[in-house]
Amino acid sequence: MDQLLINPDYPYILSTLIFLPLAGALLLLFIKNDDFARYWALGITALTAILSIPLVMAFDTSTSKYQFVEQVSWIQSLNIQYVIGIDGISILLVMLTTLIMPLCVLASWTYIKTRVQAFMICLLIMETAMLGVFMALDFVLFYVLWEAMLIPMYLLIGIWGGPRRIYASIKFFLYTLAGSVMLLVAIIWLYIFNGYSFFIPDMMWQNYSSTAQILLFLAFFLAFAIKVPMFPFHTWLPAAHVEAPTAGSVILASVLLKMGTYGFLRFAIPITPEATMTLAPYILWLSIAGIIYGGFTALAQHDMKKLIAYSSVGHMGFVTLGIFVLNTAGVEGAILQMLNHGITTGALFLCIGMIYERTHSRELSSATGVGKYMPIYVTFLTFFSLSSFGFPATNSFVGEFLILAGTFEYSIPLALAAIPGAVLAAAYMLRMLQKIVWGGTDNPDQSWLNDLNLREIITLSPFLFFVFWIGLGAQPFIDLIHVSVANLLDNYHAFHGQAMAVTDLILH
Amino acid sequence: MQFLPELTLLGAGLIVFIISLGKTSADTTRNVAIGLGAAVFVATLLSFCQTGKLFFDAYQVDLYSQVFKALIAGAMLIVLIFGGSLKGIDNSVRPEYYLFLFMSVLGLMMLVSSVELLSIFVALELSSFAVYIMVPMRDDRGNLKFQMEAGIKYLLFGVTATGFMLFGMSYMYGLTGSTQLSVVVEKLSLMYSQPAAVIAMMMVLAGFFYKLAIFPFHFWVPDVYEGASNETTAFIASVPKLAAVALLIRLVSLINGEGQVIVNVLMVCAVLSMFYGNLSALVQKDVKRMLGFSGIAHAGFVLLGILTFQITGFANALYYIIGYVVMNLACFLVICTVSQKGENVMIDDLSGLYKRSPLMAFTLAVGLFALAGIPPFVGFMGKFMILTSALKEGYLLLVILAAINTAIAIFYYLSVVRVTFCSDPEERVTISSSLLTNATSVFLLLVIVIMGVTPQRFVDFASTAVQTIM
Repeated sequence: MDQLLINPDYPYILSTLIFLPLAGALLLLFIKNDDFARYWALGITALTAILSIPLVMAFDTSTSKYQFVEQVSWIQSLNIQYVIGIDGISILLVMLTTLIMPLCVLASWTYIKTRVQAFMICLLIMETAMLGVFMALDFVLFYVLWEAMLIPMYLLIGIWGGPRRIYASIKFFLYTLAGSVMLLVAIIWLYIFNGYSFFIPDMMWQNYSSTAQILLFLAFFLAFAIKVPMFPFHTWLPAAHVEAPTAGSVILASVLLKMGTYGFLRFAIPITPEATMTLAPYILWLSIAGIIYGGFTALAQHDMKKLIAYSSVGHMGFVTLGIFVLNTAGVEGAILQMLNHGITTGALFLCIGMIYERTHSRELSSATGVGKYMPIYVTFLTFFSLSSFGFPATNSFVGEFLILAGTFEYSIPLALAAIPGAVLAAAYMLRMLQKIVWGGTDNPDQSWLNDLNLREIITLSPFLFFVFWIGLGAQPFIDLIHVSVANLLDNYHAFHGQAMAVTDLILH
Repeated sequence: MQFLPELTLLGAGLIVFIISLGKTSADTTRNVAIGLGAAVFVATLLSFCQTGKLFFDAYQVDLYSQVFKALIAGAMLIVLIFGGSLKGIDNSVRPEYYLFLFMSVLGLMMLVSSVELLSIFVALELSSFAVYIMVPMRDDRGNLKFQMEAGIKYLLFGVTATGFMLFGMSYMYGLTGSTQLSVVVEKLSLMYSQPAAVIAMMMVLAGFFYKLAIFPFHFWVPDVYEGASNETTAFIASVPKLAAVALLIRLVSLINGEGQVIVNVLMVCAVLSMFYGNLSALVQKDVKRMLGFSGIAHAGFVLLGILTFQITGFANALYYIIGYVVMNLACFLVICTVSQKGENVMIDDLSGLYKRSPLMAFTLAVGLFALAGIPPFVGFMGKFMILTSALKEGYLLLVILAAINTAIAIFYYLSVVRVTFCSDPEERVTISSSLLTNATSVFLLLVIVIMGVTPQRFVDFASTAVQTIM
């Protein structure tokens, strides 16, 4: 238990963050008033966001231990604990979640017209589950929240989604659930092997046999790769993204996809380092396939949401690439890119949602040439598009640069294979941007469109702020994650050093 | 006092019998039945802490049996409340229907206390025969005679299974010279190398497999579920399973390590039940049939918990079956409420239930998600604990197969939830439900969530109960 650090100044801060939205959702059950539901959800998510700020302030960047830890026994007979804490790997994701939720509520203000109360309850329950997943240090707690999240997300897509929502929501649910059943078996196996403990840090860096590691890794991989989603498990993503309401798309892109990559960092690498070593090359090439495939497919899309969805496949390919090159630049870049993708893609989905609210179409051809009538809108869109393909001075540039630097360090052919992905990203984003801003001679009549109102500007501004903050001064963010990443990689290399030493000893 | 719940049930039966002689309005009958059900439940609570032996040691009253009696009475009360108006039963035979219901429950309560082969047999028959009659009592509106088909199937399969069981009991008596369960099993455990002992044990188990609908004794399930009225199906799907598991644990807890052949057979039965139930449920259109097949799969899970032969495994099986009954009752509550005149409910009939009755839609969704084993509901915790205890015993392959089954199962549960929430009602009538039914559904929802989130206390209590019979 020496990996845990309790901050006496903030004894229950993480639990407050987890349970505040849940309590808000429960209270909201009893009040049937649409306007109240909107303001209430906004208030609760904003309060959660404000309460999460002390986390960054008081976060100790000099240690890789888990901080703000809380520990209560939950199910004694199975030694399951309610134990939560955050470290450098999870803090940015926790902050991303808390800060993005009020903006999701704002984005749904007029977009959701029916059953507002139920919608807001789903959003609040989602927030609880997502925060819990990133904070959980007990494997059962993690799994419970990981699965429980499917229900509100399924309802968000299935009830408030577009015309093919039924197909999309079922596909989303089945894929994710089918992926994680073997994770459950892996968890139980680890529990029994580790002397009946579900405590995650205790499971790391243990000497499991090679076969066990490979099998465990495959169980992890199936669950997490589907969530990321990695090529070829990505097919649920475009469907879900396209049909989900704006807030659903934003949550999906910004937070849910990160759970897969978070899972790789938190579980796959530390618990099965040997299997990671063996299987990393395959995953790296799968990532490359995802980058190229996502890029080409995005280039061919006429539906704006689909375009962004496929670009997500490409961007997440970069993230897994960064994770599995297993050096400091790569992993730090990957974590930063997780955050960046959350900001940029979330903002792009919001932008598309705003145009959809006006034209009721996601077709690129019906949104051409709006630049003349919506100058503020296209200004925002331009910056987010530039950020999406990693233009210098925006956030994604820093992340992609670090990832590519790490990849070059690992293997030059691999890095060269990833380069076309960056070029493709510029191609499809600029194509979309050109069409939306200027279009051609056959633009539909857009003169009736109103530019963004104050609420929409307030929704988008924080994203723009972070695009430039990370783009121009990423150091504070890297400081937050650096020690934890260094510790992860040290342990990883030490583990392999040990393994090598043992083999040497046997051979000589 | 030790025999109070059974006496109360007998009294309840008598009162309903007297009512059946005259002409009373449907409402009176219903209220009397609910009142009597509540009285039985109170009686089981009053005799909760009793212990003792009755009828020349053939009948044992201990914590284990009393827990089950309380559960059986509680489940019966819930069925009585939400099935109260008995839409599918002709008005003229409603008092008789209640009479048979009480008699069946009496049989089940006696079953969980029986520790002697003959009393087990008598109790089992009492409970079964009452249900054999309840199935064809559905009124034949529209001249569909499928309740007769269901009744005959239930009777024939049931009698066959009982025949097996009786044959097995005769072997047991022949091998051990006693009908006392404790003596029988003790002597039997010394001779599990002999095929006769194995066959005897398996034949006796067959009787309970039939009640619990475990492969290969599941054939009656879909047709009986479909043919019986909704209320009857709700009863068959929940209450007898409690008693069957109770006695299964009693029997199996006495098998010792020598019975490896039986363990292997049980394993095969468990896995086949899961696969058969889940794969067949995928293509069903009638909600009751679907729940019937899903029940076969869940029985496989319970068996998985039982065949660990550990106290924790038994306690988990107990926890699981209680959870299963609660989840199942929640689903049947919705079916009985949605069904307008007692007709069967197709999955399509649930279209847009969310708009027609939000509470019912929510109850159904929670019930189905819980059955599918999604956290934070009781179905997940039950499944998780059973898998954990099975893996502790080293049944890795079995656990993997069970996990795969979870993934299969989610599909058909989800397709019902999809219809409920995501399709339009298309001119279907709004559903009205009584205050009592609403309160019951909220109660069931709370139980599903509370048992799922804080399982500790329930499992501890289950372990304590199981320990009293070891």
